[in-house]
Amino acid sequence: MTHRHDMLEKVLDRVGSGVEAEIRLSTGVESLTRFANSFIHQNVSEEVSTMSLRVALDGRVASASGTVTDEETLERLVETAIDAAQRQPVDPDWPGVASPSITPATEHWDAETADAAAVERARKVKEFVDAGPSMEAAGYCSSSSSEVFFVNTRGHFAAGRATTAILDGIHQTGRSAGSGHQTDRALSGIDAHAVGSLAAQRAVDSVETYDIKPGEYEVVLSQECVATIAMFLGAYGFNAKVYDEGMSFVDMDTRQFDESFTMVDDALDGRGLAVPFDSEGTSRRRVELVVGGVTKGLTHDRRTAKKAGVESTGNALPGGDTFGPTATQVFVDQGEQTVDDMIAGVERGLYVATFNYCRVLDPKSLAVTGLTRNGTFVIENGKITGAVNGLRFTQSFVEALGPDRILGLGNDARWADSEFGPGMIHSPSVRLSSWNFTGGTDG
Amino acid sequence: MFEYARAAVEGALAAGATYADARVVIAKAESMEVLNQAVESVGSSESAGIGVRALIGSSWGFYATPSITNTAARVAGERASEIARASAMVPGEPITLADVPVVQASWETPHDEDPFAVPLGEKVDMLIRVSKTMQDVEGIALARAGMAFYDTDKWFVSSQGSEIHQHIVESGGGYDATAIGERETQRRSYPQSFGQYATGGYEMVRLWDYEGNAQRVAEEAIQLLSADVMEERETALILEGSQLALQIHESVGHAIELDRILGWEAAFAGTSHLELEKLQTHKYGSELMNITADATLPGALGSFGYDDEGTPAQRVDIVKNGTWVGVLSGRDSAARAGLPPGGMVRADGYSRLPMVRMTNVGLLPGEGTLDDIIADTDDGVYMATNRSWSIDDKRLNFQFGTEIAWEIKNGRKGRLLKNPTYTGITPVFWGTLDRLAGEEEWVHWGTPNCGKGQPMQVGHTGHSASPARFSNVRVGVRA
Repeated sequence: MTHRHDMLEKVLDRVGSGVEAEIRLSTGVESLTRFANSFIHQNVSEEVSTMSLRVALDGRVASASGTVTDEETLERLVETAIDAAQRQPVDPDWPGVASPSITPATEHWDAETADAAAVERARKVKEFVDAGPSMEAAGYCSSSSSEVFFVNTRGHFAAGRATTAILDGIHQTGRSAGSGHQTDRALSGIDAHAVGSLAAQRAVDSVETYDIKPGEYEVVLSQECVATIAMFLGAYGFNAKVYDEGMSFVDMDTRQFDESFTMVDDALDGRGLAVPFDSEGTSRRRVELVVGGVTKGLTHDRRTAKKAGVESTGNALPGGDTFGPTATQVFVDQGEQTVDDMIAGVERGLYVATFNYCRVLDPKSLAVTGLTRNGTFVIENGKITGAVNGLRFTQSFVEALGPDRILGLGNDARWADSEFGPGMIHSPSVRLSSWNFTGGTDG
Repeated sequence: MFEYARAAVEGALAAGATYADARVVIAKAESMEVLNQAVESVGSSESAGIGVRALIGSSWGFYATPSITNTAARVAGERASEIARASAMVPGEPITLADVPVVQASWETPHDEDPFAVPLGEKVDMLIRVSKTMQDVEGIALARAGMAFYDTDKWFVSSQGSEIHQHIVESGGGYDATAIGERETQRRSYPQSFGQYATGGYEMVRLWDYEGNAQRVAEEAIQLLSADVMEERETALILEGSQLALQIHESVGHAIELDRILGWEAAFAGTSHLELEKLQTHKYGSELMNITADATLPGALGSFGYDDEGTPAQRVDIVKNGTWVGVLSGRDSAARAGLPPGGMVRADGYSRLPMVRMTNVGLLPGEGTLDDIIADTDDGVYMATNRSWSIDDKRLNFQFGTEIAWEIKNGRKGRLLKNPTYTGITPVFWGTLDRLAGEEEWVHWGTPNCGKGQPMQVGHTGHSASPARFSNVRVGVRA
């Protein structure tokens, strides 16, 4: 750590006096083993060493980033940023760099995962593949480590590290497919047989399909579907920049959601997967976004916080000036029901394993179109009685979770995959009173 | 830089690879965003490193390092082979590679004006002026403008003896105005959603009249707030060129990727509705549908000299008179399918494994103009500029939304319509293509944000298109 700290201090020395600067160095190894047609076909590993720098000269701001391994590159990075800043107009909303503070000691780290060899990921893949004999398996197993260091010209220093392991895949019968997913801090925590078995079971259960008419259906949604909904709520709604621009659905302190719905962003939670500070060096904290159905908070970076007259919540993303501060360690409160309990309560509806290709039609209402994939099942009189091919839906995500719309929350919250990727949303399954399907995937 | 790539290849071969190639890549980028006349971000980036690919049995092993030294390169090669060997725990049919010529060559994007040499102040000032023009239109809440430039050098070495240096320059940008109503937002963009990007220098930005269109764009965004909502019905649909380009990208470009057809992307990007046995016979669309994948088009965003396997850029027929005749392929996928390699494999920087990527997948032009098509339409809608897109994993069922539409009645543009959408099934939709504008309105549209692969890679692809008409399309689908 000392070596990295020295390296960052060296960059600060080059910035010179009279300049505000913040520097972030991200290092680590990212490895991913990919399989298709039931064998490993791509197996990759990357050493990461990326530095990003933001400077301000009397409110003139510019940033630069790059892969950094030597002093020459460092020097060029600094010169590029300062040169660009000198040519900018003054930014009236520049909040300045963060003042010194103590970074939480939270660490989501597993040493064995950081050092995991390709053969260990291959072993997980084999367990997944073997769980679906005579089926075609596809997916990936990854392990990654990230060590992040931050310094700025006000003397603030932060460091943190985290590891993540993921197994995500499908089994295919030729006429159907089913999915399984697990994200964990440790590769040893991945139960590849269980993930593979779930995917295989969903594929088998989807072999016989029949058509249903488009329309409104009661639904039970898996953790993956709920993760996509929560991700969109965070990125397009609780993001303070989007809110400030008037593009958000958020109506503060109003009961916009069902009273059973609570959603917080909390990188310091013991189950977390991220480092305890954001790209501006601000410590992460627990942010209540929705509590008991009432909209309670926004995620901020230093810029949006200054405009709103509040403190940053530590949600700045690297290079995220345009996108805005976003919740990336979200926990949706779980309930007490099993998936079977929720299905048992449905007279006629659908169970959906995965959403796919969701796109916002209108940010203000958060109307979204997307498709179901890798497991869409018909529920009749409390039981799954068959499957349908993928369906297209067009649905406001805010309305779907609105007052009295949540009929059940699963007791099965876990890190789930989402449209924006895995490892950002910890969510349960959910039963909703209505979801608007507009057609089938095959016409 | 060739020496480092050679060292990486030698390391991989010494560690047991039956084939290896390596790329040293130095890529720089500059971007700027202006929002409501204030600079929101100005950034530059520079990435440099070596990526080496080793083939053993049924798997590629790939290792990337930012350290460009002989030692680091050799170690990277050795690690790529070690990783490939670990794949043998879950083996498949051995990968073979289609033959390509061994070449020592260099290639550079033709460009007139180095975009990095144009003063930053000049570029930012122009964006601020555009933003001001839009914001001066009463009711505009957000006036956003941006540009980005890419300069990439790559040195490729293969164990079969190819050594290729390429210098690729890409430029582009765009802007949009947003009006916010009671419970809705309306946006208009120029030249297209997400900006228009091309291979070439700053002249590719100057091609477009940024300042001359800003007021119109902003006024249209305001007009949309009070426009009628498009009603749901089946009717003739006329698509503006950039929207048609995205339609081609999603419903043709991805469907013809051979790695998807072979199931190699099944878990994430998906597969394809196309089956290889039906190549040369499957009816993709009407007789007017002629699609090529052409990496040699000057100025188009998917153009280059050689792909990231060292295969020369080429033009390949994909759909001829409505019949599916070609695919996008690389050396491994082409060999598996028994087809010639298409030279369509590229990687997102040094740290990613090269994979099948669209080059310039475009629809060849027809005859006449957009005005002619409108004049020839009794009842229909004209939709322009993408706002949303969604398509299933087989590239069959799609739904697109555009920013703006007009009703067409008796050969004339009529009512402005907001929240326009249309939906369809790929071969059915393309089968209804019945009018196609000519070469004078044929534009090499660029898509700078194509996601594919795990880890995720962002690709830059091109799609040439002129306005076209489709009959009996379901439009106006909403929640």
